[in-house]
Amino acid sequence: MNTDLHIIFSLFATSSRLQRKRAYLTIAAIAWGTVAILLLLAFGEGLKRQLDKNRRSTGENLAVMWPGETTKPWKGMPPGRPVRPRIDDLDFIRQRMPELQSVLGEMVSWRTAIAYGRKTVNGRVIGTNVVYGEARKHYAQAGGRFFNEDDAIQRRRVIFLGNEMAKDIFGGENPIGKTLLVNNAPYTVIGVMQKKTQMGMYGGPDSNHAVIPITTWRAQFGRQRLNNLLIQTQRPEEMKSELKKLNEILGAKYGYDATDDRALSTWDMVKSAQVTKNILIGIQIFLGIVGALTLLIGGVGVANIMYAVVKERTREIGVKMALGARRRWIIMPFVLEAVVYTFIGGALGITIANLIVAATTFIPIENNRVMSFLGRPTLSPQIGIITSLILGIIGLLAGYFPARRAASVDPAATLRYE
Amino acid sequence: MNTNGTIIRMSDIRKVYDTGKVKVEALKGIDLEIHKGEMVAIVGPSGSGKSTLMNLVGCLDTPTSGEYELGGQAVSGVSRDTLAEIRNRRVGFVFQNFNLLPHISAQENVEMPLLFGGVRPAERRERAKAMLERVGLGDRVDHKPTELSGGQMQRVAIARALAMNPDIVLAVEPTGNLDSTAGSDIMSIFTDLWKQGSTMVIITHDPALARRASRVVEIRDGRITADHPSEA
Repeated sequence: MNTDLHIIFSLFATSSRLQRKRAYLTIAAIAWGTVAILLLLAFGEGLKRQLDKNRRSTGENLAVMWPGETTKPWKGMPPGRPVRPRIDDLDFIRQRMPELQSVLGEMVSWRTAIAYGRKTVNGRVIGTNVVYGEARKHYAQAGGRFFNEDDAIQRRRVIFLGNEMAKDIFGGENPIGKTLLVNNAPYTVIGVMQKKTQMGMYGGPDSNHAVIPITTWRAQFGRQRLNNLLIQTQRPEEMKSELKKLNEILGAKYGYDATDDRALSTWDMVKSAQVTKNILIGIQIFLGIVGALTLLIGGVGVANIMYAVVKERTREIGVKMALGARRRWIIMPFVLEAVVYTFIGGALGITIANLIVAATTFIPIENNRVMSFLGRPTLSPQIGIITSLILGIIGLLAGYFPARRAASVDPAATLRYE
Repeated sequence: MNTNGTIIRMSDIRKVYDTGKVKVEALKGIDLEIHKGEMVAIVGPSGSGKSTLMNLVGCLDTPTSGEYELGGQAVSGVSRDTLAEIRNRRVGFVFQNFNLLPHISAQENVEMPLLFGGVRPAERRERAKAMLERVGLGDRVDHKPTELSGGQMQRVAIARALAMNPDIVLAVEPTGNLDSTAGSDIMSIFTDLWKQGSTMVIITHDPALARRASRVVEIRDGRITADHPSEA
């Protein structure tokens, strides 16, 4: 085997370097194909990461339920009865399902008058639990805070504003510590939410609502029924079984069939995240295929030039065969040459793609609607591995078929005279 | 110079080219023995089967039927790699159009069969140089074929043919592309080689070259029609 390699490399080193201009064009084609596949995959990866980030901004491992009507009869009762959990169900669920990360309730007051000085806006005011801040990612901007247990116990009139709503009401003014009126009751602004690009929503974007402690909300608005019930599991894979358990518990309490999934309408964010993820994988595969096809054209270029080289060197090949070269000694230098072209083109393409991706980091994402949705093109190691694999396969194929033709050269042709 | 060692033994060699529609029988039963130290000229008109015979002798092709032994080794029915090895070790080719590789030096051209023969690099260089000196080109080792005259190129080719110390030197119209001076140079080298004990098989139209051979084999229509010692 060692002599084999020695012979193959010696032949490769001494074989003529013809077709220089075509070789450059071929390398350029491979580089172009590599850039195409890398950028497409990087774009897909960036989109995936951005969507994932945007999706997470609603909160992780969450499911939202809102009141519905039964669709199955239960214990002699007809379908069509409303099911609407109450505030005290939060504690009830908490007790019966201690494994949950958190149990949240939302009491919603739509189009509520919120006034500050001479300015009044109509917006959503949501009463909810203290854990909401963490679970629904309502992180306070510097200088503010989300409400805490004491606020809830003492039913303090504190309000946490979505960033857009804060801007609408206060403009450039710092809202923290200011007092505003919610339906004419005074509230102290204790925090403003950090800006986030939110994908999953129900009711409206978080940036455009205000939240207050649920106890305060009940004191002011006087209702008992929850608008939304949220549960958060510790791990995403627990969601399905936890939802089943929840329906069993609430089904027993409110009298409905636990398998009746309309009694409480449910949005399982874990499940929809999985669907989104699958769609994104599909998009990435599609982009990858488009890129791979572009690269394939480069590969055809390499194969083409190798055919030309083989044709040009037919006599040379015949002479080498007459002198005792074996088939593989003829084939391998050609394969090697194609691989070298592909390798150079690939390396060039990877460099260019990296430069382009690096350049996109200078495009600001903040306040750029397109970029905040698409995200930044990102080159991951997996993309590199996939591209290298495709390059390698294309290089080998582009070399193999012309080389096979080379090996089929009839050495007797070199003897021809007259 | 004749000794009794048989280098080439062909018995009832037939070669049929099957082009699909037509079957052409190029050789119709060739019996031929060539002994060590002979210088055989094979002559015949175009289409006589001469080229086919040379392909078989040079192990570039295998016969459709019949037995062929080269240097005691059966050539019929061996693999392509073995055939390549036989060509490498037992046959030295000299072509009409030299067939040197144009982009490498004379030295590297002569090294080529040694490379295929698995000879180590240092020994390759030494042996190639010695061969080039033997054909009078010791001062041209680093020249590329394009920098050499036709006669010089053919001498490089002869050095290359001799490099592996083959059983036979197989030359096909070796003087065909040369002017008369260079041609007679090459003929002298062949005669010298023969006198030094090499077995030569030369296919030629050139009566002058045929006259220098020890034996002339005439082929016509796929059969040997005459086999006699040279008139010279």
